[in-house]
Amino acid sequence: MTVTELWCDRCGEQAAAGGHEPCAAARALEPPRYCAHCRRRMKVQVVPAGWSAVCVEHGEIRG
Amino acid sequence: MPEILDQARTQVLENGVGLDEAGVLAVLNLPDEHLPAALQLAHEVRMRWCGPEVEVEGIVSLKTGGCPEDCHFCSQSGLFTSPVRSVWLDIRALVEAAKQTAATGATEFCIVAAVRGPDARLMKQMREGVAAIKAEVDIQVAASLGMLTQEQVDELVEMGVHRYNHNLETCRSYFPNVVTTHSWEERWETLKMVRESGMEVCCGGILGLGESVEQRAEFAAQLAELDPHEVPLNFLNPRPGTPLGDRPVVEGKDALRAVAAFRLAMPRTILRYAGGREITLGDLGTRDGLLGGINAVIVGNYLTTLGRPATDDLKLLDDLKMPVKALSATL
Ligand code: SF4
Ligand SMILES: [Zn+2]
Ligand SMILES: [Zn+2]
Repeated sequence: MTVTELWCDRCGEQAAAGGHEPCAAARALEPPRYCAHCRRRMKVQVVPAGWSAVCVEHGEIRG
Repeated sequence: MPEILDQARTQVLENGVGLDEAGVLAVLNLPDEHLPAALQLAHEVRMRWCGPEVEVEGIVSLKTGGCPEDCHFCSQSGLFTSPVRSVWLDIRALVEAAKQTAATGATEFCIVAAVRGPDARLMKQMREGVAAIKAEVDIQVAASLGMLTQEQVDELVEMGVHRYNHNLETCRSYFPNVVTTHSWEERWETLKMVRESGMEVCCGGILGLGESVEQRAEFAAQLAELDPHEVPLNFLNPRPGTPLGDRPVVEGKDALRAVAAFRLAMPRTILRYAGGREITLGDLGTRDGLLGGINAVIVGNYLTTLGRPATDDLKLLDDLKMPVKALSATL
């Protein structure tokens, strides 16, 4: 199944609503906070050389 | 040359006596055309009283989010609608983070927790974590766990934590505008206990919280009175959902004026670039700061936000011919 990115992973609002350019810019220096598939707030751990973010439904992503 | 810089040349550079509050304010009020001279003087002061080495540190959040306090800049307060969720780092990941930090050449690894003060669970995690790091990684361990009791101070000393960070955040007169769940004086109490324990005191704050220029000078003077081993200087990175989420970032030139002024107030301290430098000053700011009084950096990511890659900072230090302080020099 392909999951589509419905939500902005920074502000948690609908991706299709637009206006997320500032979010995209901020994301250069921030990990994601919301799951882009389901809008749940993720458990995010930042470490010196990376980060991980976990959605209970959609699993872990890393950066 | 403005009079204050002439005065600082004799008083601070030659005699090693920091500027007082009025002197700091004069530096903070210098017009733009004198900023390069102020930075140059601050750099000379740093070279004269601290030397060319730069102390490199990594930090990690052991317990993130869900903090009961209400520091208005903080995305980890559980009292605001911030998207930061509560999470604990396990010991394995903590040791891994210390290893990543040591691999950059850093000599300092600071373990931070978003708490009012430690509880038994956090102290247990610290005990196990610090022991595991000391067994596997060649790095000095610092901690930042909020307000401490005397017993907790003693326990941290026993664990081998060599430096304790507890920021006053802002000057005494502005503090109640930023934090209402505890007082500046309570923070000062913890700092006194830490000082008396023999641990190194690390105490700084955040600029851009809405304080006036006069209050920035007041803050520098209060820090100078405390005389910390290290002063981390942060610039507000406005966090979504916090009461200060819509504040403008500090203007780059004001940030650099503050770097020079804080150095001229505290000629011998380790003055560290901490959070927000990327947002306030961009890539060039790190260079300007290192040539304007800064002699320490946090490399890699912060607690909830990301930093420049450590390699960028290390390359810059190399370009500037500033040696990274070695572990042997700090022991
Ligand atoms: S005590 Fe620390 S973690 Fe808690 S709200 Fe204040 S700055 Fe944030
Ligand atoms: Zn967005
Ligand atoms: Zn999800």
